Amino acid sequence: MTYPAALRYTKDHEWIEVKGASGTVGLTDHAQNQLGDVVFVELPKLGTKLEAGKPFGTVESTKAVFEIYAPASGEVLEVNEDLANAPEKINRDPHGAGWLVKLRLSNPAEVARLMDAAGYESFLSGEGTNP
Amino acid sequence: MTTTLRKTPLNQAHRAMGAKMIEFGGWDMPVEYPRTGGLIAEHKAVRGGVGIFDVSHMGDVRVRGGSPGAALAAVQHITMNDVARLAIGQAQYSAMLYPEGTFVDDLIVHRLGGDDFLLVINAGTREKDVAWIRENTKSFDCQVIDLSDGYTQLAIQGPRAAEVLTKLGCSDTAGLRSYHFTYDRIGDLRDVLIARTGYTGEDGFEIYLPSDIATSEDIWRRALEAGGEFGILPCGLGARNTLRLEARLPLYDHEISQDINVWEAGLGRFCGMQKGDFVGRSRLERLKASVTRRLAGMEMIDRGIARDGYPCKNEAGEVIGKVTSGSPSPTLGKNIALAYLPSEFTAPGTVVYVEIRGQKLKAQVVPTPFYRRPRKEKSPGGEGSSSGKR
Repeated sequence: MTYPAALRYTKDHEWIEVKGASGTVGLTDHAQNQLGDVVFVELPKLGTKLEAGKPFGTVESTKAVFEIYAPASGEVLEVNEDLANAPEKINRDPHGAGWLVKLRLSNPAEVARLMDAAGYESFLSGEGTNP
Repeated sequence: MTTTLRKTPLNQAHRAMGAKMIEFGGWDMPVEYPRTGGLIAEHKAVRGGVGIFDVSHMGDVRVRGGSPGAALAAVQHITMNDVARLAIGQAQYSAMLYPEGTFVDDLIVHRLGGDDFLLVINAGTREKDVAWIRENTKSFDCQVIDLSDGYTQLAIQGPRAAEVLTKLGCSDTAGLRSYHFTYDRIGDLRDVLIARTGYTGEDGFEIYLPSDIATSEDIWRRALEAGGEFGILPCGLGARNTLRLEARLPLYDHEISQDINVWEAGLGRFCGMQKGDFVGRSRLERLKASVTRRLAGMEMIDRGIARDGYPCKNEAGEVIGKVTSGSPSPTLGKNIALAYLPSEFTAPGTVVYVEIRGQKLKAQVVPTPFYRRPRKEKSPGGEGSSSGKR
């Protein structure tokens, strides 16, 4: 899997795609690989205010619980409702149909501090992708 | 990254298949094989077809008598089930206890000969167990031999497991009853110890091979080939855990430990109180009337997954117990858990709450095992057939 150039990435393995003042957030392919088959997703309600770097939901596989951290601050505009019945979308299409929430960014400048695709890939190779 | 993890002879084979590896009890073990479908597919293969597990991390201890009857007496002394009831070629689920009636470990006792036993113990407790066995058999004229590194142990589990064994050369799987073992051909090997045991709640076998890498890889590969037509999958510790949880089989340091006694764990039917003295017996005798908590099965009513260690609460929000194991159940499509609860909360239908990330979510007590395999007339149960091991 190559990491899309249009996205920005966190060390906690979330991505964000910014369009204007809004950002779509998801988990990276690496994260879904580590997690295995996703069976359960817990996401915030519409209107919840997220703070960059703070946990805002959880994704669970049969074996593990994975906390999701906000890549940027903002208010939840939209939640991917499909995931309640089809959490496997996170495994099948982590950078697309498996998106988690859309935010109205309160400080778009935060995104500039995140890694680009090349930066994330080198971060992964440094971290060791297969423990 | 630590390099002190132990590796089974199949470690390279697992990695070559793209297994995701984790540390378990000091061992570097496959947790699932994402390339062939991953945990849920592995779980379903075992319930509906067949799966193969590398369980070479398990420990194996032979206890052999010096003078006649010494090993029998020693194993009677250190395990709770009645070993005298075992015929040669038969096995039983049992446990070793502290004088307090709590668990050193659970195990399977195989009677190899009149005065010759093979004890199969857990990986994470191996050193402790072996030391404990040596210490507590000192006054008996018997040899205690740690054979753990001498065996590659494979578990071939599922309704099609017998057919895989037959294709591998085993001549009489139909004649091998549950919780019995034999010596037969597997691949090019003769006289392989083959036991009809497992830790999945399904029919299945555990085979004990020489532990050299070439032999281990050869049989692993042949078993996968032989099982191809039945949809065999290599299975990791993840599926092993969900399978054993559905069947309510205990895991050390979860459902059983040095802080939990036999009555609390609901394992009294494997405890031979009438057989005579054994380590832990006198305390158990006294404890029997005063059991205040018991292991109970729960399923979540609210949306959420109870995980190991999560607190259980009553209506008022007071902590009444703790989840010992919890997971989504791939077979039932529900979120299930085992927990120690006060006895008055253990009747099926009782509502309890599990605290999950600060939320009090509703669950109810349900009968266990959560899953019971459909019984076939032609495979009669043997000693301890309703339970299994690790």
